Amino acid sequence: MALSQLFDRFKKGLSKTAQLFNVRAWFGRKVDQDFLDDLEARLIRADVGLKATTRIVDQVREVFRDRTADEDLLAFVKAEMKSLLADPRPGALAVAKTKPSVYLIAGVNGSGKTTSIAKLAQLLRLDGKRVLVAACDTFRAAASDQLSIWAERAGADIVKGSPGADPASVAHDACDRALARGADVLIVDTAGRLHTQTHLMRELERVRAVLQRKITGAPHESLLVLDATNGQNALKQAEVFTKSVSCTGLILTKLDGTAKGGIVVAIRQAIDLPVKFIGVGEALDDLQPFDVDAFVESILS
Amino acid sequence: MFDDLQKRMGAAVGRFRARGVLTEANIQDGMREVRAALLEADVNLDVVRDFMDRVQKKAVGEQLIKAVRPEQQIVKIVHDELVELMGPGDPSIRFEKSGPTVIMLCGLQGAGKTTTCGKLARLLAAQGRRPMLVAADLQRPAAVEQLKVVGQQIEVPVYNRVGADPVVVCREGVAEAVKQGRDTVILDTAGRLHVDDSLMAELSKIEKVVKPHQVYFVCDALTGQDAVSSADAFNKALELNGVILTKLDGDARGGAALSVRKVTGVPIKFLGKGEKLDKLEAFDPERLAGQMLGMGDIVGLVEAAQSVIDEEEAQRQQKKLAEGKFDLEDFRKQIVQLQKMGPIKEIMGKIPGLNQAAAGLDDFETEGSIKQLQGMIDSMTPQERRDPSMIDMSRRRRIAAGSGVDPAEISGLVKQFDAMAALVKQMASMSMLDKMRAMTGLGRAGAFQPGAKLFATKQGTGKRLSPKEKEKLRKEREKEERRLRREQKEKGKDGGQPRAN
Repeated sequence: MALSQLFDRFKKGLSKTAQLFNVRAWFGRKVDQDFLDDLEARLIRADVGLKATTRIVDQVREVFRDRTADEDLLAFVKAEMKSLLADPRPGALAVAKTKPSVYLIAGVNGSGKTTSIAKLAQLLRLDGKRVLVAACDTFRAAASDQLSIWAERAGADIVKGSPGADPASVAHDACDRALARGADVLIVDTAGRLHTQTHLMRELERVRAVLQRKITGAPHESLLVLDATNGQNALKQAEVFTKSVSCTGLILTKLDGTAKGGIVVAIRQAIDLPVKFIGVGEALDDLQPFDVDAFVESILS
Repeated sequence: MFDDLQKRMGAAVGRFRARGVLTEANIQDGMREVRAALLEADVNLDVVRDFMDRVQKKAVGEQLIKAVRPEQQIVKIVHDELVELMGPGDPSIRFEKSGPTVIMLCGLQGAGKTTTCGKLARLLAAQGRRPMLVAADLQRPAAVEQLKVVGQQIEVPVYNRVGADPVVVCREGVAEAVKQGRDTVILDTAGRLHVDDSLMAELSKIEKVVKPHQVYFVCDALTGQDAVSSADAFNKALELNGVILTKLDGDARGGAALSVRKVTGVPIKFLGKGEKLDKLEAFDPERLAGQMLGMGDIVGLVEAAQSVIDEEEAQRQQKKLAEGKFDLEDFRKQIVQLQKMGPIKEIMGKIPGLNQAAAGLDDFETEGSIKQLQGMIDSMTPQERRDPSMIDMSRRRRIAAGSGVDPAEISGLVKQFDAMAALVKQMASMSMLDKMRAMTGLGRAGAFQPGAKLFATKQGTGKRLSPKEKEKLRKEREKEERRLRREQKEKGKDGGQPRAN
């Protein structure tokens, strides 16, 4: 896909968000309390969260107090957001020295893990990689069926366990299979779990431990799938999942709605977890590398 | 579930608590804190603004209740507003008299529709209905499979047809339910974004063709500010009858509950509280608001205090204290008042900040100790109560026999009376909540265990003793003391003789 096309798609997904941030309409206004309240309201409505919002608003207040809002202010806010979001290696996943590279995918229920895995598999397949997916969600009814259908569409191989099987044992088998077949990438799907369910978080840790034991350096990435419609609780999710399986990045899904996904700013601020990919639709090619410039531009333009 | 919001609201109300008198300025301060807490809880910004306005109006106009402090009163106002905003709860479903009642579930992707379908069917089956599930989610791969498995687990038939249009599937599903004599049909529709016009149109079409009697919007409790726009869009497209809130078993602060109710105006029917199919609960705004506030139920406490505390009696006691006259009789009255308000542990559970202390009381027989204390005072004559110093050996033995305790415990009570009186003196100028706190302090310091040493600094033993163990230790200590006394007496005798010689 051409880069411009990609950018358009991204913009399309975020256009609703952008409407909220029609900052240019403010040009010419005096930067007073009213103005700052407006700015605060906009950021809060985008789920940026009170803390991160306050930080940005305070900085604007300090620099622009009693001046007139203009391009400078816009550029300043943009730069501020970018500094909160910049990722040194955007969209790039760690690759193992000896294959396979193992990517563990986790998240709360309904955040879009399975769909994201399908999209990720597709992305890697297009890159010429041999992909194997491990269906470790043995809890939700028909979860492995769902993944099978997606895997087939994306042209990836799949290892399944029987319903109710131990996810760690499925992960174990998947590692063996990946090694035996010389897969380039092993993507491990896990059951959705709320981060407050400690027994399920332990189960996740066990899956990770199996990967670690079976393949050197695995998992090379532990990606947390976050629903962009989620509010401040996403920060908690990020914190607890990171503590449990040392997350290395985020996949932000459902950005094609009206949800703004602003919580990633707060997450970045709190635990420095970069967004790797964003999901902007239900089709297989609707997974985009996160582009901080595009994200902030789309939000503010 | 609402732990977070609880903590936050706890902190916010702490601000109120820190100030003695309610002034416009400190309302503003505390109100800002409440606002922050609500925003952090993902309540929609507009809803928060509206909410704050209402609370402020109510708070400013209201008269202060004497027995409680102003900030406690504000908690009640905040609480009442929360309840009003979320309520009324209505878990009932109106069933049709003839033909099957058709319930349609809709919502965004990943909200939990399919799981909720199963839970709802299970609940209705338990109520004696004969539900049928219709798999109308032909969008997500294996969604039909998932519903079939769920249906098997709860032994409810699932209608599905491969390759058909969702509208057709729903229509045929209802027809099939009629044929099979099923009285309730639950339609599991595909998750969709409210901005996806074609899919929203499909939903409207299903509604037009199948005419469901109830349409429920399934909303993820983790949802942020966006809850308002999606709920609003679904409500406009479909005329919702209710909302089912899911994933409330996590630590989501649940702001969505406030927002969605406010925006759609339809009642919240059920709460999903776990992945298992029996985890569907009726929505209770009182309980939810109470949990949200983390005030447990200070509100209940405020109400209880209002009804129980006799203003006159309180003033009489206050006066006596001011004159420095406080006796066991007054102390007894305080205890009785406390007991009228319910079990100590329950009361403490209602007070944020003391919840943990209440949990710790599990292995501490507070109720019993207080009763025992009351019993001891009851066994005294009025003169003894007014002037405990007149209690001599013989009186002590009589009181002990009357209240069924060891005479040593009476001595303990008398010895500690001064210390207690000092505390109670402080308490008289306190609000009900502070009294409760002080009582707890007393309780933990051992005031209700007549044998214990009051004000002995509590030190960690690394091990929490059970009441039985404590009792055992206490007996051993006493035995040791008696032994020492005996030895000393004997020594005195022994030592006396040689000197005489």
